[in-house]
Amino acid sequence: MNQQPPVPGKEPALAVSNLEIRIRGDHDTFTVVSDMALSVHPGETVCIVGESGCGKSITALSLLRLLPEAAHVEAGTVTINGEDFLSMDQRRVEDFRGEQIAMIFQEPLTALNPVLTIGEQIAESVRQHRQVSRRQARARAVETLQLVQMPDPERRSRQYPHQLSGGMRQRAMIALALACDPKIIVADEPTTALDVTIQAQILGLISDLQKRMGTALVLITHDLAVVAEVADRVVVMYSGRRVEEASVYDLFDNPVHPYTLGLMGAIPRSAGGQVGGRLVDITGTVPPLWDLPTGCAFAPRCPRADSRCHSEQPPYEEKRPGHFAACWEPDNG
Amino acid sequence: MQRLTRASGWGEAMRVPAILRNSSLVLGAVITLFIVFCALFAPYIATYGVNEMDMRNRFAGPSLQHWLGTDNFGRDLWSRLVFGARVSLSVGLISVGGAALIGTTVGLVAGYLRGWVDLLLMRITDIFLGFPAIVLALALIAVLGPGIFNISLALIAVFWTEYARVVRSTTLVLREQNYVQAAQALGASPLRIIFREILPNALGPIIVLASLGLGTAIIAESALSFLGFGLPPPTPTWGWTLAYGTRFIRDEPWLSIISGATIMITVLGFNLFGDGLRDILDPRQLTRSAGKK
Repeated sequence: MNQQPPVPGKEPALAVSNLEIRIRGDHDTFTVVSDMALSVHPGETVCIVGESGCGKSITALSLLRLLPEAAHVEAGTVTINGEDFLSMDQRRVEDFRGEQIAMIFQEPLTALNPVLTIGEQIAESVRQHRQVSRRQARARAVETLQLVQMPDPERRSRQYPHQLSGGMRQRAMIALALACDPKIIVADEPTTALDVTIQAQILGLISDLQKRMGTALVLITHDLAVVAEVADRVVVMYSGRRVEEASVYDLFDNPVHPYTLGLMGAIPRSAGGQVGGRLVDITGTVPPLWDLPTGCAFAPRCPRADSRCHSEQPPYEEKRPGHFAACWEPDNG
Repeated sequence: MQRLTRASGWGEAMRVPAILRNSSLVLGAVITLFIVFCALFAPYIATYGVNEMDMRNRFAGPSLQHWLGTDNFGRDLWSRLVFGARVSLSVGLISVGGAALIGTTVGLVAGYLRGWVDLLLMRITDIFLGFPAIVLALALIAVLGPGIFNISLALIAVFWTEYARVVRSTTLVLREQNYVQAAQALGASPLRIIFREILPNALGPIIVLASLGLGTAIIAESALSFLGFGLPPPTPTWGWTLAYGTRFIRDEPWLSIISGATIMITVLGFNLFGDGLRDILDPRQLTRSAGKK
């Protein structure tokens, strides 16, 4: 099910190219994301992986044009269903959000309005996009809650967010995102705020709904276990740049970039792997964005780095068919 | 299961006394309700007509016949104060309602849009704030002429700035909330975000401000009447009763004392009610007072 190559000739639902995002600091501006590219086809799941501060969340926000005020898109395009999203006027952007592209947020308690019931919030969004009566919108809300397997949807739709458990809140959040059948869903760490047992349920739900409805899914996460579970393709980011991209099997079987390799070494595993073995950590920390090294950003932490890595930015190129990476010393073994 | 339902039933039952234990809220509510009741049913509560004169009993002190005494025309003070509640309450409600409506709208728009809209609206607010309140109100009434509506209009011009500033600062905080961003992500227009996401969350401070403002508005109306800029006699306003009572204050002090006390108790009632509401509506205040006990 995971191995679903993009249908040739079919338009991607979401295409990002050359995206560069800059943030205004106190004195100057600096680049937080550069040369980002992404293409997601209907029914496909692309995961963006990286540690905190690598630019994955800000990339997600830029896909909906929800960047915070200090940040702006310096260059690049975001194309949604063939239309240039970044140059659209505000009215059309509002039409697109929710109907074409929707977002599932990390913390469902704060992302739901505390003074409106779940049902009201979903109905509100439906009425924004569809010419339906209040009653029909409410019915649609209950229907969507049913879709996300909310127990007792009729009653829950009349409850406020604080009356729901964490898992139910995230289901409500997903229902909110799905209410208008968006073609693309961007999920920013949707399971991070949840208990481990609930995480698996929610992840399964998102993945299941996405396959059933043929939605394109962009999943932002730092958790490789999540990636292995749901991804079709994976983009690994480091310091605001893509460092590796491949299908999920290819990536896990033959990671090319030493950073990806490092990430995998840092997963605790009990079965199959070295039981009781030490976790391999990546030495050092992420370089600050305003003080990036001239060469490869990962070079100061990389066990294989040589003089060229420290002085020249490695090109992002196809190392194997369908497997891209930016590294001077790729792991070919 | 049965235990659970019973436990939650107890929880519900416990909540009512918690509100009733808030003594300032209860006292405020009782006074407020009494004033509202007087205003609504004035003809039935008043023992005499508003302008009914009893010339044989001019300047009568409080007695069974005239509960609070009579004035220089022999008019029954109790009856005039009861009818006066109508004037004070109408002016209070219209001016507070109008001020809250205008101020809230200005505050929401300024706080949400920010930038030059905010700058412009807040400078206009500053201009209104810059005038001494009573001078602004007097000037407006001098231009518009007396009348319940015109007085209310003048008071709206004085009071709306408070709402604008409070709501703007609340909006500045609320617009950064995650659920506002989530609503944007679902395609909500600015108008929808302002009125469906931000306004319901900003209602607490607005309600408190309005209930406290009612007292201030009643004082302001009395002050205008006292200065002779209120409704012309023989309309039974509290402020004017207090003002002309001072002419006879050496010999017949109860006219001013009683009408003054009426204003004071009414305002106190609204303020206690407002404070009590704030205790209930602001969860931090609640925990603080709970911690004290």
